[in-house]
Amino acid sequence: MAKWTYSDKVKDHFMNPRNILREDNEADFHGIGQTGNIKCGDEMIVYIKVDPDKLTITDCKWRTYGCASAIASTSILSEMVIGMTLDQAYAITAKDILKELDGLPDNKVHCSVLGDKALRAAIDDYYAKNGMQDRIKTQSAKIVCECMQVTDEDIEHAVLEGARSFSELQDMTKIGTGCGECQENAQAVMSGYIQKHFGL
Amino acid sequence: MEHRNVYFDNNATTPLHPGVKEALIEGLEIFGNPSSMHGFGREAREKIEEAREKVASFIGADASEILFVGSGSEANNTVLSLLHCDSTRCSCALSGRSGLVTTVIEHPCVLNTAHDLGRKSHEVTYLSVDRHGRIDLEELRRAVTDKVGLVSIMMANNEIGTIQDIKEAARIAHEGGALFHTDAVQAVGKIPVDVRDLDVDFLTISAHKLYGPKGIGALYVKKGAPYCPLILGGHQEHGRRAGTENSLGIIGFGKAVELRGLEMEEEEKRLLELKNILRDGIAKAIPDALFMGHPEHCLPGTLSVSFAGAEGEAILLYLDLAGIAVSTGSACASGSLDPSHVIMATGVPVENAHGSVRISLGRENTLEDVQYMLHHLPLIIDRIRTMSTAYRRR
Repeated sequence: MAKWTYSDKVKDHFMNPRNILREDNEADFHGIGQTGNIKCGDEMIVYIKVDPDKLTITDCKWRTYGCASAIASTSILSEMVIGMTLDQAYAITAKDILKELDGLPDNKVHCSVLGDKALRAAIDDYYAKNGMQDRIKTQSAKIVCECMQVTDEDIEHAVLEGARSFSELQDMTKIGTGCGECQENAQAVMSGYIQKHFGL
Repeated sequence: MEHRNVYFDNNATTPLHPGVKEALIEGLEIFGNPSSMHGFGREAREKIEEAREKVASFIGADASEILFVGSGSEANNTVLSLLHCDSTRCSCALSGRSGLVTTVIEHPCVLNTAHDLGRKSHEVTYLSVDRHGRIDLEELRRAVTDKVGLVSIMMANNEIGTIQDIKEAARIAHEGGALFHTDAVQAVGKIPVDVRDLDVDFLTISAHKLYGPKGIGALYVKKGAPYCPLILGGHQEHGRRAGTENSLGIIGFGKAVELRGLEMEEEEKRLLELKNILRDGIAKAIPDALFMGHPEHCLPGTLSVSFAGAEGEAILLYLDLAGIAVSTGSACASGSLDPSHVIMATGVPVENAHGSVRISLGRENTLEDVQYMLHHLPLIIDRIRTMSTAYRRR
C-alpha cells in the first residue's frame, strides 16, 4: 500500500486521539475556549483545569469537528500543554504544533492554527473568571473572517507585506475562503489599510 | 470482522475488467501507426475501426459519428469550444449565437470551461437544481433564448448520481434553436443510452468509468452537426482530432464497451439491490444520516450520504484505515477550502456538504463488501461524533 496521507504522528493521533472530553462535565473545567465554525468545516473547543497556586495546566480536554489534521492537532496540543504554566501554554504557536506533528501539507496548516487559538481562548476564559483580566493579552485585533480566524491586524500585516488585490490577500491569509460571508467587509478593511499606508 | 479491501469509489474510476486487461496485453503487440499504409499500419487501423464500431453500436450511433479523444474532459472542452469558433478555419459558426446554457452541478471540466467562456464575454446561464439535484425544465425553456448556441447538461451526476431527463432537455434546446450536448461520462456503462432516442447532437464518454483504461474517451458528434477541432495538426480522426491515435487505449475501450453490452443490465440490477441494502442498513444503524441524490432517477450503484456532526475527510480516512475506499465532498479533502459545489447546489446545509460521503459500487463489489461496510461505518461515525463539537446524542 502507498504511503499514508499524513505523517505517522498524525496517523497515531488520528487513530488514537488523546484527552477527548467524553462526558458533558464542562462545569468541572476552569477555562473553556472555542474557535472555528462548523460552516467552514472546522470547529474546536478546548477545556483546561488550572492549579490556582502554580498557575499550571493540570488537565486539558477537547472536542473537534474537523478533518484528520484538525483532530490530530488538537489531540497533540492537549498532550503538550498538560504541566505547562499558563504563560508557556499561551506562547504556543501553530508552528510548535506543526513541529510536534512532523508537519502537515500546506493546505492543512490552518487546522493547527485553530488549535492554539482555542487554547489561548481557554486561558483567557480562565483569567476572566478569576479576576485576572489584566493578564488577558487578547489583542485589540478584531476578527474579520470567522472561518479562517483572520483579524484586522492580519490584514494590515498582509497589506504591509505587499497585498494589493483581494486575491493576493486571500493567498496570504486564506481570508474569506470558508463560508465567504466576510468578503465584502474584508475588502473594505483592506482598502482602509491601503489608504492608510499608501494613500491609494 | 476479518480485514478486507473494499473499493467503493467506482465513480472516480473503475478497475480494469479482466477481459479488457487481456485485450490490452494482446494489443501491446500492435505498434504500427494507424495512418501508415503498410501492413503494420493497416493492422492497427483495423483494430481501431473495430473498436469504433463497438463504441458506436453501444450507444446506437454510426461509427462515423464517433471520434476518439484523450479524456472526457477533452471531449467536453471540444464541444464547448464550438462557441468561440469564428469560422476562419471551419464552417461551424452558430449563426451568431454564442451563448451557453449549462447547470451548476456539472463536472469541473465543463464548469471551468463555461467560466472561461463567460470571461470572454459569452453569455452563460447556469441552471439551478432542486434538493435532489434535478434541473427545472421550465427554467431551461426560459434560458434558451435566440442568443444561445449550445446547451450542455450532464446526464448523470458523478457525486450524487442524479439522472436528468436528457431527452426532454434536448427537445427544449432544439425547439429554441440551440445545439445540445450531454456529458454522459457517468451514465454510459451504467444505464442504457441511445443517442437516436435522446436526439442529442454531442455526447461524451470515458473508458475508465466503464472498466476500460485511462487516457481514452470518445465524443459522439451527430452526422451534420457543426464541428470544429480543438487540437489542430494531422488528419487523424478525419481531421477532427489531431494526434496519433492511442491505439492501445482504443482497443481496451472497444473491449470494455463490448463486455458492458453483455453484462450491464444484470450487473446494474445487482448493484441497485446492494445499494438498497447498504442504504437501509445505514438508515437503521446510524441516526441523523441524510441521503442526497434523487430517490428514483439515480445511478444504480451511487449512494451519497452525509452524517450530522461528522466531517467527511475524517470519515474517508477512518474507512481507509479499515480498507474501504470512498470519496467525500468535504472541503478538507478537495485541496481547496470549498465543499462540494454539487451538494451545496442542492441546498443542503453547508455542514452536510462537509460531511458528505459518496459510496459508488462497481462490478467487483459483493454482499460481503456491503456487510463489511455496514459493520465499520456505524462504529466510525460514532467515534467521530464522540469527539465532535457539533453532535450530541439525543
